[in-house]
Amino acid sequence: MAVSAATAADAKADTGERTPRFRRGGRWRTTLTFWCFVAPFLIGLMVFTIIPVAWSAYLSFFDATNTVSPTPDDFVGFGNYTAMLTDPAFQDSLVTFSVFAAFIVPVTFACSLGLALMLNRVRVMRAFFRSVFFLPFACSYVVAALVWKMSIFNGVRFGLANTILDLFGVDEIAWLFRPDPPWFWLVIVSLRLWIQVGFYMILFIAALQQIPQHLYEAAYVDGAKPGPQTFWHITLPQLRATSVAVLMLILIAAYQAFDEFLLLVGTMPSARPPLVYLYQTSLGMQQELGMGSAGALILALLIALVTLLQGKFLGFGNSEDR
Amino acid sequence: MTIETKRPVPVGRKRGLRSRGGGTVNFLALSVLAVLFLIPFYLILRNALSTDAEITAPGWMWFPVAPAWENIEKLFSDPSVPMARALLNSALVATLTTLGTLFLCATAGYGLARIPYRHANKVFYVVLATLMIPGAITFVPSFVMVSSLGWISDLRGLIIPTLFNGFVAFLCRQYFLSFPRELEEAARVDGLGYWGAFWRIVIPNSGNFLAAIAVITFVGSWNSFLWPLVIGRSPESWTVQVALSTFLTAQTVSLSQLFLAALVAMLPLLFVFLFLQRFLVQGVAQTGLKG
Repeated sequence: MAVSAATAADAKADTGERTPRFRRGGRWRTTLTFWCFVAPFLIGLMVFTIIPVAWSAYLSFFDATNTVSPTPDDFVGFGNYTAMLTDPAFQDSLVTFSVFAAFIVPVTFACSLGLALMLNRVRVMRAFFRSVFFLPFACSYVVAALVWKMSIFNGVRFGLANTILDLFGVDEIAWLFRPDPPWFWLVIVSLRLWIQVGFYMILFIAALQQIPQHLYEAAYVDGAKPGPQTFWHITLPQLRATSVAVLMLILIAAYQAFDEFLLLVGTMPSARPPLVYLYQTSLGMQQELGMGSAGALILALLIALVTLLQGKFLGFGNSEDR
Repeated sequence: MTIETKRPVPVGRKRGLRSRGGGTVNFLALSVLAVLFLIPFYLILRNALSTDAEITAPGWMWFPVAPAWENIEKLFSDPSVPMARALLNSALVATLTTLGTLFLCATAGYGLARIPYRHANKVFYVVLATLMIPGAITFVPSFVMVSSLGWISDLRGLIIPTLFNGFVAFLCRQYFLSFPRELEEAARVDGLGYWGAFWRIVIPNSGNFLAAIAVITFVGSWNSFLWPLVIGRSPESWTVQVALSTFLTAQTVSLSQLFLAALVAMLPLLFVFLFLQRFLVQGVAQTGLKG
């Protein structure tokens, strides 16, 4: 997609250059104007993204504890990488992420699509419902974690979840404070679901409104019944591009899960996703910046790989869909 | 039902047709879900206006008998959590981040979209390549850079590194590519250069797009936690989210104050939601679908 957009820009740029007024200024002037527009941004991008990533790659080959400019003596080669990859805590964090993704991706996808379909059907108070489901997006993970931890799932008698369970005669559950049974997954998944579902719902609603009505009309003429039949044969195929994009967005967001894990189960080693682990390694008591950098790069490569595979698998970039 | 579906359907009547029976069930299901979604907001409000004793009372109390307004004064006079300072910091960070991001990314996006410089595409590919780096992963490298600049626990460290958002620049470029060229040509005939056309023609006519990007950036900045946590090491540089998280993990905690703090942290965004929801929805549709 990016490539085709860029070539379109080329074509337009050529027609722009034909305007006589711009010929007079000459090539130099155009170049200068271009850099006036782009340079401030590009310099910032260099300083705060590109150079740090390169520097971090450099640090990942050193034992950089509590320092950002290690001496040549601290050079450890691939030591940090092997240490990271064989570190059971890092491996555990990848497992934690996989379990989390296995829950959150399909559930968020199904719920946001479901809500979008329901909203698309309702005829009264549609704007109200949309606002309500979208409202949690205004809530930060910190605020939500606070409500989940201190009010709904606080594990004591006056918490909302336990109050409701008590009505049915079920004993109190400790939710977050014991790793076994792993009730904390319910807490974490429901929190993220609550915040995110409205966001993806909006994307699905936008896509649903793009589906040409005549497809349904043609199907009804052919005797199709509204409901599952048109959903599987018209709605879902028409939503393909959006579905792929939404799945990717949910997965990438799950990789970067940090806030709620740190605040809800940060002290539980068995429930530590990669970012929390990296945070605690590189910026905790000991600032193991070399190890942290190696971990960040491994993780970045993993994300790139999975995104690429998912793209290939689901046929991302199928231009006719977009 | 069957009779109706065999008849050619008039345009726009599809929904009316099929929701005869399912419509009420659908509406009821949505209503139940809406109540569920609102519960956390209700809990924040209830707990913020209750006393600690009321919150922990054995029987469920739907709402405090008399709202405990004195919680507000207690919260802002609590020396262990500088809420007032944190609110000011958050407001400054979110506002300046939004303005800065908008300025830098809009100018860059326009330059990349419209100025016929030979190597513009190569520059654009550099920007695209940085999009491949997942945002949250860069916190370790960026921390390294910011600490060597001496911006730890400094608002500069909170704001400046977040301004150069490759994704927003990408969105701006795509938007400006679709901006009607005739308007700019007219401006050029009148003797304006690119800079003049950008500020006098393009920007004033891009209000909706820029507002959508601005609202999304503001919400993201106000709610962000990881970066402010990494950079804000001293209490004077805490944003609302960091202050709240410290409060949450504190040993001695007053529940009512905690929830009042959450309410205060959320309030500005609720206003954004009430008055600017249109732009927020538009921003989500724009940022999400093109990602």
